[in-house]
Amino acid sequence: MDLEYDKKYETFRQEVQTFLDEHKPKVKDRATSELSRADFEEWLQLQIKHGYWARTIPQQYGGYGAEPDLMHTVIMDEEFNRAGVLRGSPAQGPSMLVPTLLEHGTEAQREKWIGATMQGKVRWCQGYSEPGSGSDLASLQTSAREDGDDFLINGQKIWTSTADKADMMFVLVRTEPDAPKHSGISYVLLDMKTPGLEVQPLRTMSGDIGENSFNQVFFKDVRVPQSNVVGQRGEGWKIANTTLKHERNSLSSNAEGTLMRLIRLMNRETINGVSAMANPIYRDRLMKLQARVLAMKHHSMRILTYSLKKENSGTAGLVTKLQNCQLGFDMASLAIDVMGELGVLYDHTKYERDKGFWQAHSFFSLGLIIGGGTAQIQKNIISERGLGLPREPKPAKPA
Amino acid sequence: MNFGLSEDQTLLQETMRSFLADQVPIERVRDLRTEDCPGDRALWTQLAELGATGILIPEANGGSDLSLLDAVVVSHALGYAVTPSAFLSSSVLAPLALRALPESQSSDWLAGIGTGELVFGVALTELFSVRENAGIRLENGSLSGKSMMAIDLCKADFFIVAINEETLAVVRHDAPGLEVNRLVTTDATRCTSELLLEQVVPEALIENAGPTISRMLQAGRIALSADTHGAAEAMIDQSVAYAQQRKQFGRPIGSFQAVKHMCAEMIADLEPARSLLWYSAHSFDAMPEEAPLMSCHALAHISEISRTIASVATQVHGGIGWTDDQNLHFWFKRIGMNRHLLGGPEALRAEAAELQGLAQAS
Repeated sequence: MDLEYDKKYETFRQEVQTFLDEHKPKVKDRATSELSRADFEEWLQLQIKHGYWARTIPQQYGGYGAEPDLMHTVIMDEEFNRAGVLRGSPAQGPSMLVPTLLEHGTEAQREKWIGATMQGKVRWCQGYSEPGSGSDLASLQTSAREDGDDFLINGQKIWTSTADKADMMFVLVRTEPDAPKHSGISYVLLDMKTPGLEVQPLRTMSGDIGENSFNQVFFKDVRVPQSNVVGQRGEGWKIANTTLKHERNSLSSNAEGTLMRLIRLMNRETINGVSAMANPIYRDRLMKLQARVLAMKHHSMRILTYSLKKENSGTAGLVTKLQNCQLGFDMASLAIDVMGELGVLYDHTKYERDKGFWQAHSFFSLGLIIGGGTAQIQKNIISERGLGLPREPKPAKPA
Repeated sequence: MNFGLSEDQTLLQETMRSFLADQVPIERVRDLRTEDCPGDRALWTQLAELGATGILIPEANGGSDLSLLDAVVVSHALGYAVTPSAFLSSSVLAPLALRALPESQSSDWLAGIGTGELVFGVALTELFSVRENAGIRLENGSLSGKSMMAIDLCKADFFIVAINEETLAVVRHDAPGLEVNRLVTTDATRCTSELLLEQVVPEALIENAGPTISRMLQAGRIALSADTHGAAEAMIDQSVAYAQQRKQFGRPIGSFQAVKHMCAEMIADLEPARSLLWYSAHSFDAMPEEAPLMSCHALAHISEISRTIASVATQVHGGIGWTDDQNLHFWFKRIGMNRHLLGGPEALRAEAAELQGLAQAS
């Protein structure tokens, strides 16, 4: 066991700190959505220039061009987190599309999209789920029919985050209707301004249609050039799955920060003149949560070690999403209980605590438990890929 | 940066696991339960030959003077195999107590633990839980009173006895005025007794032992959580193997989501808890200021998840899991035994809150 970081990384850490000290006043304590689009793009470009964003993306595609080194990523995430500043952009373009293009895109696609995406000039949404295809994503029905050099897309997508703000969509469509379900899908890049495409916002349980908007997208004879397919036609399922690998491991989950906030709330909140922290039942629940937060914190260090050694993290790695999302929900639940009858105050009403953070965090965590593969799908993955339990047999075909 | 076991520790883990699988299969554990006490001196000697008993013994006394994380590796393997042994008392708790004595007094005792010639039992329960009016008094140089749920006394040569939060004593097992009554528990793999003392003259007193006692409890709790974690892991492994082999409705029960999800939930709790366990042992070795809190959280958390695992793993087995023949209950009962041996989860969490100054009413 050795938890020290190599000396050479301390220099890097100091560089990041100096950068943040100088620039953080501009962005701190403001959600990135509060920055104007021009200011946000400028901020991303400044980070790229210093190598704190698009760090390992080749310079020819608009990146900084450094050699991959996981420790640099960890240190940047730690320091940006500590400063309360968002590093880069959490959007799906940088995190999902760009790695896909690097792996499967044509030279022309890479040159056109990677730099513009990392710099925030082009914003993407992900068109995967459909009303009839959620956990069974490969059953998707949105069709792309050949029409000369183009495809005509018809169908519907749902749970499409930020579709109302996006310039482009990377979308899975069925191009080979007669092929088996996994091999009839293509991965296509689509301009959101194409005629025949309509976005309808979906109000979520949190009640707002804000930064993380949720949408339905309808396609009626939406025309897209066949050259916008990424990789080979019919290989979209395989390509989308390699992208899922790239989904950022939540190495920098902020559960510890949320727990500190919960402790401050419990010290502050009183019922019948007695502090919530003085209540042994609440305190016991808090200590249970603290143990889980500590377990997940050190678990992420263990997973990081596997990555540094280029070892497979196995079952240990598969359980993090399931645990972290539930932990977030459970911390919000204790906070809401501690506030008692005032725990349901919402929408910036009088007496609301922490600007409504806890109810919002509860809704958001519940969304995370379902999104990106439900908890039940996670358990299938853990038991089948992690523990080697047999897959469920396919139902017999109706006679 | 390397969060995990070293190569040597991984090797130690493999050595212990294969030794115990070979030498202490569950059949031998079953045999030992017919004895008055599961303590087994022959097995103790074998563990000493492997170097397992002297991990926390100084090199000058013939031990290997390794870290608590190494002791955790051994303890984990013992829990995995539900091995009856005096490891917790003799190789974790006693060495930390004896190392507080002058070398002239402790050297033979420490050496004897390392070679396997000596076994030390411990009577520490009253440090954290006084029941049945128990407690040991020191009057005019001799000890009187009672200690409950003392560990590994039956086959021991010496006992470490807590008198109060600042004082420990070493007593001979055959000292005049001393009586040991075995208390039978559900768990057939640990030896627990009451210790009755009537004007017993101790071999040694360890005074001003506050910091020593704190370190003992931290190390003991971390080693005990390793034992529980190992037992829970064994139950999951057996469940996964059973779910692959047992067929109902024409297919392995492990292909049903209901069973699959039980297994996934168990392992999803077990793996992060392993990280917590390793870190808490490392805190004891390298960041002693963190160890009091980490030891409380590790044992409380691992006790909680393991009780659930013990129940769910038994349910995965269905009716056969509930039988004596299937042996699963040995692990279930070990986990239950460990749960309150050095402080139960509620008490540990109260202590954790207190350590952070969170317990005062404002």
